[in-house]
Amino acid sequence: METELLRFTTAGSVDDGKSTLIGRLLHDSNAVYEDQLDSVRKVSRDGIDLALLTDGLRAEREQGITIDVAYRYFSTPRRKFIIADTPGHEEYTRNMATGASTADLALVLLDARKGVLTQTRRHACIAWLLGIRHIVFVINKMDAVGYSQEVFDNICGDLGSLSRRLEGCTFHYIPVSALAGDNVVRSSSNMPWFRGCNLLEYLETVQIEDTASIPDFRLPVQYVIRNGGDFRAYAGQIAAGSVREGDEVMILPSRQITRVRTICALDENLKLAHAPMSVALCLDGQFDVSRGCMLASPLRPPEVADHVRATLIWMGEEPLRLRHPYLVKHTSQRVCAQVSQIDSVLDVDMLAEHPAASLRMNEIGTVQLETHLPLFFDAYKKSRGTGSFVLIDPITNRTVAAGMLSGVAQTIPSAIDKPLQSGVTVWFTGLSSAGKSTISQSVYERLWAMGYKVEHLDGDVVRRHLSKDLGFTQEDRNENVRRIGFVADLLAKNGVVVLVSMISPYRAIRDELRSKIESFIEVYVNAPLAVCEQRDVKGLYSKARAGLLPRFTGVSDPYEPPLHSEIECRTDRETLAESVAKVIEYLEAHFQAPSHPGILGREQAADVAAVAAGEMER
Amino acid sequence: MIGHLSHLKRLEAESIHIMREVAAEFSRPVMLYSIGKDSSVMLRLAQKAFYPAKPPFPLLHIDTTYKFREMTDFRDRICAELGFKLIVHKPREAKEQGVNPFRFGTQKCCALLKTKSLLDALAEGAFEAAIGGARRDEEKSRAKERVYSFRDVHGQWDPKNQRPEPWNLFNGRVDKGESIRVFPLSNWTELDIWEYIALEKIPVVPLYFAQEREMLVRGEHLIPFFADVPLLPGERPQPVLSRYRSLGCRFCTGAVRSTATTVPEIVQELKDVRWSERQNRIIDLDQEGSMELKKREGYF
Ligand SMILES: Nc1nc2c(ncn2[C@@H]2O[C@H](COP(=O)(O)OP(=O)(O)O)[C@@H](O)[C@H]2O)c(=O)[nH]1
Repeated sequence: METELLRFTTAGSVDDGKSTLIGRLLHDSNAVYEDQLDSVRKVSRDGIDLALLTDGLRAEREQGITIDVAYRYFSTPRRKFIIADTPGHEEYTRNMATGASTADLALVLLDARKGVLTQTRRHACIAWLLGIRHIVFVINKMDAVGYSQEVFDNICGDLGSLSRRLEGCTFHYIPVSALAGDNVVRSSSNMPWFRGCNLLEYLETVQIEDTASIPDFRLPVQYVIRNGGDFRAYAGQIAAGSVREGDEVMILPSRQITRVRTICALDENLKLAHAPMSVALCLDGQFDVSRGCMLASPLRPPEVADHVRATLIWMGEEPLRLRHPYLVKHTSQRVCAQVSQIDSVLDVDMLAEHPAASLRMNEIGTVQLETHLPLFFDAYKKSRGTGSFVLIDPITNRTVAAGMLSGVAQTIPSAIDKPLQSGVTVWFTGLSSAGKSTISQSVYERLWAMGYKVEHLDGDVVRRHLSKDLGFTQEDRNENVRRIGFVADLLAKNGVVVLVSMISPYRAIRDELRSKIESFIEVYVNAPLAVCEQRDVKGLYSKARAGLLPRFTGVSDPYEPPLHSEIECRTDRETLAESVAKVIEYLEAHFQAPSHPGILGREQAADVAAVAAGEMER
Repeated sequence: MIGHLSHLKRLEAESIHIMREVAAEFSRPVMLYSIGKDSSVMLRLAQKAFYPAKPPFPLLHIDTTYKFREMTDFRDRICAELGFKLIVHKPREAKEQGVNPFRFGTQKCCALLKTKSLLDALAEGAFEAAIGGARRDEEKSRAKERVYSFRDVHGQWDPKNQRPEPWNLFNGRVDKGESIRVFPLSNWTELDIWEYIALEKIPVVPLYFAQEREMLVRGEHLIPFFADVPLLPGERPQPVLSRYRSLGCRFCTGAVRSTATTVPEIVQELKDVRWSERQNRIIDLDQEGSMELKKREGYF
């Protein structure tokens, strides 16, 4: 028989009995092995302290180690359960958010003796914000209040007002004693007045329809599978909806429409695929589709915008900085972004919103976000998969916030200009598939994060417009290089760091540029031909070998390596991070860095926030 | 709502997503292959993730040279059949110094033969991301492990410096010299692994199936007998109907009494069994929290 999967998260204040409850669930459903019980028996004072079964966390808390979530597993013949257990200490907001982000249901624990606390409200609110639509209030320690129906009824009454504010959510209330085992896995004779099912029965039978998932097809392209020749399969995990062979799909960002030729799978003849399957699709016709693109329902495509509204749960130790460079990771896309405005911060205790100048760790706020490239998204409420993102600090590489998109924002002009700097042209040359675009894209992100004005000219892209008329003869190739050199020089004169990635195989023309352009840095992206050919990122080598591409560099046309490049990146031997570091270090050593927006920007950021706050008060 | 996915298919989809993410975001990934059941499931998932192409990363096996013959034979046969690229790394120095668990103790032997070799092999290949088959249900200290486990320039795990992982959005950004260990099987349990092996008919090493094997019976432990295992006074090997639940080096892998000779029988056995899988790894018994310590030193 096929078993289903239910993911739930648990929340409760310290000492409400959460560890005991989870221990009880695991123990009474036979998910604990004898040797594990033995080790707990040894340290328990009398009998078995079930809390210790899961208490890797407590010791760590004492050592000051932060754990966001610990995962536990158990199963019954009907369902397999994944528990995201979040410790209830100070960092709970960020921890709970992480645990709740993948859960279908939340258990919120209360101590019957204490009733509804501020934390109870907080826990329910965070679960709801993260899209959970089933909340079970577990009223624990009923043994300590004489299994009193009155106590239980009063607590349920107090929870009523909270429940009404969390729209779209269903609530369930179960009185238990985790310690004695009442109503956890076995229904209790101590509470004959309670007619509902026990906790495990409820978890086994509750119907979890994917509330936060629209029926419209969404496939963020994660990876392009190539297998020689023209073969391309676009791989990813379906974020929403379903797709059949022959269906029309829209490619984003190009908005081209085509059909699904096949769903490509090992040992399976799949005609239909749906969320959350990981699939690979072959399309009719040839298109320029790469990681970060999305395949979507053409009738109901996602929103496309570069200025969006979002709710952020701040997780970084440093508070949120306005107009500071961050990276957004959204579906399979990674883009540069900045927060242009903080609309409000949420008071989770009172369920009220206030104006704010920043967001600190564990605070939740709504903001406006500007991204360098448009995002293809749905509101988080409609689709978790295409509505969620994380913010990454590009300098420390840490994940500083979890975000949920709510819609498109109105565009307002950027208030702050980037500071002055001296410009330079960084020329990445090398064979096709050597890694030029990858390295220059990463360098771009790094420089951008450091506050530089930076532009990227990619050979493939330029050939689609500026040099559309040119072919691949030596003259045409040289003309192409000259044109790009000209544009790069213009930009550099205006203080931009220009990254050019193109094969540019001939030494003479590169040297000509060097003599004409003021600051010219040549980066030789070097990997042996055999390695490039094996990578064959664009499938060009196989075409060239088959004689379909005349004058292909490395195969039927020469590549003349630089003799005096400033930097050489051996991409067959070094990691991407190492190559990027070489370029950045060189630039830092030789060129004036912009005055960092972190120092300059602080006052301005405060100004912007003050304005924002003022607006709100008015 | 169209379609419904069984829990195994959901786990499969999640693991494939993680593998593709690694292949897309890292310039030099590698997949650790330890020949065991978890690795066998990983191979199948990798095959599916990149079908019809081969995975865009090599497999790496840390061969302590104390592996069972059946394991290395199986490894070579499977990798050849699948056409996956395999790197076998053997610890040179430590072997020359004659490191073994009898002279050095299991802690040190493991540190030298496994952890150090692993770090050496990762450094030699300049691998930025290493995919491993660890599961969170294996051991208490793994319960909180991230899917992307961040390691510093020494390959070490700093529990204070791990990144939050909401949704399925993984942050794989590393600076020079840093790396990420990736665990696509994080949410699988031992039972899931066997149910999936049954569902997908995945080949596994015959050592997992019950058979009469020469064993040294020491209390609860069944220690496989080989000519180079030192005997206790008066001790003799005896044939015991047994199988292995997890596989490591032959000195440190205990067997369990079992009659399960097929995958469905193993699945049934696991549903009834009252002992955890780690019980039979002699290595974990040395010291409370020994897994935690090893991880900090750079182990998986
Ligand atoms: N009387 C009573 N005590 C309980 C119950 N559940 C837990 N406790 C006790 O409450 C204390 C805190 O429990 P624990 O599970 O560690 O709480 P946690 O901090 O929420 O994980 C312990 O002393 C438990 O024995 C219960 O149902 N009834």
